Amino acid sequence: MANNQNNYMMSTESNGVSVHARRVLAYTVLVLVSFLCLFWFYLLFINSTRSNAELTRGFTPFPSNYLKTNWINLKNGTLPIFSGMVNSLIVAALTAALATYFSTMTAYAIHAYEFKLKKFMFTFILMVMMIPTQVTALGFIQLIGKMGLDDKFTPLIVPAIASPAVFFYMKQYMDSVLPLSLVEAARIDGSGELRTFNSIVVPLMKPAIAVQAIFSFVTSWNNYFTPALVLHTDSKKTLPILIAQLRSADWLKFDMGQVYVMIAFSIFPVIIVYLILSRYIVGGLTLGGVKG
Amino acid sequence: MKKTSKVVKYNKWGYIFLIPFIVIYLVFQMIPLVTTIYNSFFENYRSGLKIIGPNFVGIQNFITIITNGDLPTYFKNTMIMWIMGFVPQIVISLILGAWFTDPSLRLKGQAFFKTVMYLPNLIMASAFAMLFFTLFSLSGPINSILLQIGVIKEAYQFMAHVWSVRWLVAFMNCIMWFGNTTILLMAGMMGIDPSLFEAAQVDGATATQIFYKITLPLLKPILIYVMITSLIGGLQMFDVPQILTNGTGDPMRSSMTLIMYLNKHLFSKNYGLGGALSVFMFIITGILSLIVFKFTNSGEKN
Repeated sequence: MANNQNNYMMSTESNGVSVHARRVLAYTVLVLVSFLCLFWFYLLFINSTRSNAELTRGFTPFPSNYLKTNWINLKNGTLPIFSGMVNSLIVAALTAALATYFSTMTAYAIHAYEFKLKKFMFTFILMVMMIPTQVTALGFIQLIGKMGLDDKFTPLIVPAIASPAVFFYMKQYMDSVLPLSLVEAARIDGSGELRTFNSIVVPLMKPAIAVQAIFSFVTSWNNYFTPALVLHTDSKKTLPILIAQLRSADWLKFDMGQVYVMIAFSIFPVIIVYLILSRYIVGGLTLGGVKG
Repeated sequence: MKKTSKVVKYNKWGYIFLIPFIVIYLVFQMIPLVTTIYNSFFENYRSGLKIIGPNFVGIQNFITIITNGDLPTYFKNTMIMWIMGFVPQIVISLILGAWFTDPSLRLKGQAFFKTVMYLPNLIMASAFAMLFFTLFSLSGPINSILLQIGVIKEAYQFMAHVWSVRWLVAFMNCIMWFGNTTILLMAGMMGIDPSLFEAAQVDGATATQIFYKITLPLLKPILIYVMITSLIGGLQMFDVPQILTNGTGDPMRSSMTLIMYLNKHLFSKNYGLGGALSVFMFIITGILSLIVFKFTNSGEKN
């Protein structure tokens, strides 16, 4: 990065010692910060491998061999963790699919066509982008009650079709990769507008769709506020609601080993997927975000 | 003649492609917003099994949440915890961003550090808070470690003191968001014209001088953007304090945030006060959003 700065700065080596000192300082701080980020997950891992008896005896930095026992106890316990995970997966996957596909479509409408309300719509979406869903939650709950959608997944999934932030990212990305001449060419070849969108625009937008699919998925996977208001039946609850239930249970009577395994069960899948995809995630963050 | 009609024919597809967004937005955002505002003017709650209202009471709900001290207290709590998390976050992010983009340092392993720093942002906030609750509990590993190395003589009750709970919430928010902020600020720093750095270098400016005199002033728009979006996020603070304190905001509701309070009213179906609180939140976030909008929009033109 910033290669063009390199040569010039290297030529001014008058403060070589201070560069070295600053580098040492930078690495020290970076290691410290990384430690602060990872330490908690290390503790989580160690503690989920230890039995309740071992846990009450105090902390040791080495893992024990009760991971499987804790896991079996949790599995046979009262929390419906498997249905919780399946529910979270269903809701998050469908949310990600709807949010990316329809946001691309909305961005395409603004990007490729000239119509009277175009400017107004674009401004409107940008203006409502930052308004949090919590402020309309009251009306939302009343509405889904009237629509008979209470305790169903639909009110958690379908609203993702209107995701202003995903739209904004798609629009930014589209501006840089989709020339209108391509759309013109498709029209000359006799392709219908919807087909052009599905077979030319969507494939071109794949990198942006991938990034936003990951983010929409994770946001929905981690979401606690709305699902807790909508879902009531145990078999329909998503993982964050189960975590809250674990917290409000009389936790001292619990087997703490199970508690740690439950937390690990909701955290580690995301960490593993993240480590596999991190290159795309970290790189994609600023792809369509704010520009300097 | 034929050509114009064809263009018009194409352009109607602009409206067609907008239909899903508009319909869903109207149904699931606009209608709820209107009914939320409508609810704020009515007395509507449950007392035991009895439903009181809805009776029109004008702005009485707004007066109630302000005069009974709820809104000011929870607003204050939310702001305190946001500031406690945001200040260290922006300082760390600025320093790390400056180091990462400083060509004279040529730091290695940047991809690794960025990956690690961004990791906490993707963790389920409720699970992360539950983890902290267990780690910082009376018999948890943190107390156990502090006892073993002799920092404290007896286990500290992190959950029973106002400031330790607030610090935990702020710390978690800071850890979860500083990676994101660093990456945003880095994008801004890399967008600064390199010739400015070269010129300063030629004039014999030190790294510190370059940071204060060039990087910081040119980064101001992004800094303001980061601050306001973080403030909007901070006002929505919910998952972490809710799970950490089991929704009570204890001790003495000193870590109760605005959205936790709203959540309480939504569960007890006190739609009058809940509505008033929502409208209050809507106005604040609306104003802040307009400021962000001004920034993103001026960025568009460049």
